Amino acid sequence: MASNGIKDRVAIVGMGCTRFGERWDKGADELLVDAVQQCFAATPALPKEDVDAYWLGTMNSGQSGTVLSKPLGIDYKPVTRVENMCATGSEAFRNACYAVASGAYDRVMAVGVEKLKDTGYSGLVRSNVAGDGTAPEETLTAPAAFSLLDPAYCRKYGVDPQAMRDAMTHVAWKNHVNGAKNERAQFRKEVPKEKIDAGAGKVAGRLGVMDCSGVSDGAACALIVRAEDAYRYTDRPIFVKALSVIAGPASGPIDPGYDYTTFHEVVASAKDAYAQAGISDPRREISLAEVHDCFTPTELVLMEDMGFSARGQAWRDELDGVFDLGGALPVNPDGGLKSFGHPVGASGLRMLFECWLQFRGEAGERQIADARLGLTHNLGGRPGTCVSFISIVGAQQG
Amino acid sequence: MAHALLSYAAYVPRHRLARAELAAALGSGGGKGSRAVASYDEDSTTMGVEAARAALADGVGVPSIHFATTAPAYFDKTNATAIHAALDLGHDGFAVDLAGSARGAVGALRAAAAGGGLAVLSDLRTGRPGSADERDGGDAAAAFLFGDGEPIATVRAEASTTAEFLDRWRAPGELASGQWEERFGAEAYAPLIHDAVTRALEQAGVAQPDHVIVSSPHARAAAAASKRYAGRVPEQAPAIGYAGTADPGLRLAAVLDRARPGETILLVVAADGCDATVLEVRPGIEGARAPKPVAELVEGGRELRYATYLTWRGLLDREPPRRPEPGRPAGPPSLRSESWKFAFVGSRCEACGQVHVPPRRVCVNCQAVDRMERAALSRKPGTVATFTVDRLAFSPSPPVIDAVVDFDGGGRYTLEVADASPDEVEIGTPVELAFRRLYTSGGVHNYFWKATVA
Repeated sequence: MASNGIKDRVAIVGMGCTRFGERWDKGADELLVDAVQQCFAATPALPKEDVDAYWLGTMNSGQSGTVLSKPLGIDYKPVTRVENMCATGSEAFRNACYAVASGAYDRVMAVGVEKLKDTGYSGLVRSNVAGDGTAPEETLTAPAAFSLLDPAYCRKYGVDPQAMRDAMTHVAWKNHVNGAKNERAQFRKEVPKEKIDAGAGKVAGRLGVMDCSGVSDGAACALIVRAEDAYRYTDRPIFVKALSVIAGPASGPIDPGYDYTTFHEVVASAKDAYAQAGISDPRREISLAEVHDCFTPTELVLMEDMGFSARGQAWRDELDGVFDLGGALPVNPDGGLKSFGHPVGASGLRMLFECWLQFRGEAGERQIADARLGLTHNLGGRPGTCVSFISIVGAQQG
Repeated sequence: MAHALLSYAAYVPRHRLARAELAAALGSGGGKGSRAVASYDEDSTTMGVEAARAALADGVGVPSIHFATTAPAYFDKTNATAIHAALDLGHDGFAVDLAGSARGAVGALRAAAAGGGLAVLSDLRTGRPGSADERDGGDAAAAFLFGDGEPIATVRAEASTTAEFLDRWRAPGELASGQWEERFGAEAYAPLIHDAVTRALEQAGVAQPDHVIVSSPHARAAAAASKRYAGRVPEQAPAIGYAGTADPGLRLAAVLDRARPGETILLVVAADGCDATVLEVRPGIEGARAPKPVAELVEGGRELRYATYLTWRGLLDREPPRRPEPGRPAGPPSLRSESWKFAFVGSRCEACGQVHVPPRRVCVNCQAVDRMERAALSRKPGTVATFTVDRLAFSPSPPVIDAVVDFDGGGRYTLEVADASPDEVEIGTPVELAFRRLYTSGGVHNYFWKATVA
C-alpha cells in the first residue's frame, strides 16, 4: 500500500473536551457548544470567525453539517459531517488534517459529538439498515461480538482461562485507576479487582459490566493549522506524524481462515502509521497510547496487533503492569473508553485531547514524564468486520 | 390415490413439559408423562421444514407441497411457500396450505397422493392454562412424499364420512378452542367412524389390519374406536400428546418405522367426520425408513418449566430485556436473498474454491469477480470455532448462545445455537443446521437458520 502521509505538515493548536457521562442535562447541541467554546477560549489567537472550514463526526446524533453549524451559528462556511462507526471522531480529525495539508484551507476545526443516553436503553443502540434479517449484527450485541475473542485467544495460545480473566480484569482495573484521576471521565472511581471479577459473565461470554466501556454523552474538538503557522496560535502545538484508516473485506465472520485473536485492520493501520511516522520500535518509541478498549479483551488483542506485545503475550504484559500509568508504555492514561466513557463520535478526539494535555504537561496526576510521542487508536465495528484508525502525534517537529 | 408413498419422516421438538410440572404450577390436573413443546423459535412452518428435510433425500425434486396445520404462522399468506423455499426447490411447483382443522392432514395426504408431491403435517397445540388441550396436546410434524418410484406403501382403499356438528371450534384470533360436552362428541363420532372404517376395510378386502391408528381431537372417541378396531400388532404410539394435523402423520411414521412388507395399516382420522385409509406396506420400506425413527425423536428431551412454556406461547407477558426490538426483515432484500435466507445457499468461487455465506460476487480469498457457483450448505455439518453467551441480546428465552460455525467443506457463519444451554457449547462442538424463527417483529416472522448441537 502506498501512503505518503503528511508528517509534520499540520498541527493542533487548540482543543476542547467536555466531561463525558450520562449527561441528562445537555443535548448534542449544548455539548457541541461547550467543547467548541472551551477550545476557542483557550486559543484567543484563533477566533471562530477565522476558522475556514469544519469537519463534524457523529455516528447517530444527526445528519449533515447543520448538526454543527446550527448550534454554533456558523456563518455560511464549509461543514462536512463524517461517519466511520466508532472511529467517527478520528475520521473527522483525519479529514480536517488533510484539508489543511492539501492547501485548501489554513485553519480548520474537527469536532466530534455523540448523544447516546437519550434512547432509554442502557447499551449502545444503533439503527440497522433494512435487510433480510440474516445478519448476525441484528441480534448479536457488541459485548457478545467482542467476547468471541476470549475463548479463541485462550485456545490458540494455550492461555489458562483464569489467567486470561485476570488480564481482562487488570485492563478494567488499570483504566479505572487512570480515569479516577481525570475530572472529565465518566467513572471517577477506582474499582477493586474482586468487584470486577464478581460481575464477570453477566453481560456476554465472560464479560461483565466492568469489562465494557461506558455508554456516554460528550463532545471534543481540535483546531488544526499548517505546521509552519502553529506557533502563531500557541506556544505548545502538537504535530501530526501519521494518520491511517483501514477498512478490510470484513471477511472474518465468513472466512474460516480468521481465528478471532487479531484485527487484521489494526495490524495494517499500525504498519501504515509507523511507516508514515518513521517508527521502528513502537513499544520503546511511543510515550503513551490511547487505544480502543471498548471491551477488556479488545485492549489485550490491540497490544499485539500494534506490536506493543509479542503474539500470545499481551495478557502477561498487561498483568506485569507494562501498560499501567507508571509502566514502560502507559496505555489509556486518561481512563480509556472503559472509564472516560465512549460517546462514539467524540472518542477519537478525546484520545487526542489526552495527548494534548500530556505534551503540554497539563495532565495533573496522570502526567507522564517526558511524553513526546502519542498514539491514538479507534476501532469501528467488531472482530472480523471493522475499520481501524491510528494517529501518531508528537510534541515536536522532526 | 394415484401415487405411492416413497419416503417419510417425522419431527418432534426437543422440549418436554411434564404433566407433573403442570400440576405443581396450577395445583390441580397433571397426570403422568409429558407433552412435546415447540421452542420459542419454532412454529408449524419451521417444524414442517425439519420433517420435510428429513423425508427428502438431498436433491429430490418435489412438484407440490400440501401443508396442513391448525396453527398457521400467517394468515392471508401461504405458509407452505417458506417450506418450499427452505427445501431449495426454486420457483417451480405448487405450494398450498390446508389450515384450520385437524382434518387438513387427510386433505394434504390425499392431494399429495393424487398428484404426486409432499404432504407436510405440522402442528402446535395450545389451550388455556389448566385445560385438557394444554395437558394432552403436543407439538410435532411429519412429512410424506408421494410419487412414482420404489413404493414403501400404497393405498388400497379409502372411505369418508362427513357431518356438521358442534364438537370443537375456535373463532379466528382466539387462543383456545371451545368444546361441547364430551359425551355428545363421543356419540356423534361413533357411527361416522364405524361407517368409514367398515367401507374402507371392505373395499380393501382386509378383515384384520396389522396396524391400526386412530387419531382424533376427540380423545374419547379415538379411545373407543381404537378398542373396537384393534390391529394385530399393538400400536406403540408416540407419547408426546395429541399433535393435531401432525398426529396421524407422526403415528403413521412410527408404524412405518416397524412395519414389514405385506402388512396392512388402517389409518383412521376422525375430525368433523371420519376418513379411513387402508395402506399396504411394500418391500421398498426396508431401504427407505426415516433416518431417525419416531421412537428416537420422542425419547428424552429437555425438561421445561411451566412458566417458560407460558412465556413461549405468549400466555405470560414477561418484562422484556431493556433492548430495542430488532427491525422486521424487509420484503425486497428477503426476496433477493431467498435461497440464502430460506435455504442457506451460499456461493463457491470457481477460481479458488472459497465458500461464501451469504453468497457474494467478489471472492474474499482471491478477489475473483462474478465467478461463483451455488453452494448449498443446509445439510453440511459444522464445528464451533468460537462462541459466546449473549445475556444482553433481545430474546424471548435469554440468554442467546452464539457460535461462529465452520462448515465441513468450507464456509463460516455466526449463528444462534438453538435448544442448548451454555454449558453444552465449546470450541470444537459439532453442530448442524436447523430452520428456525429468529424473532417476530412488526408481525413479520424472521425465518433463518440456527445451529443445533449434533
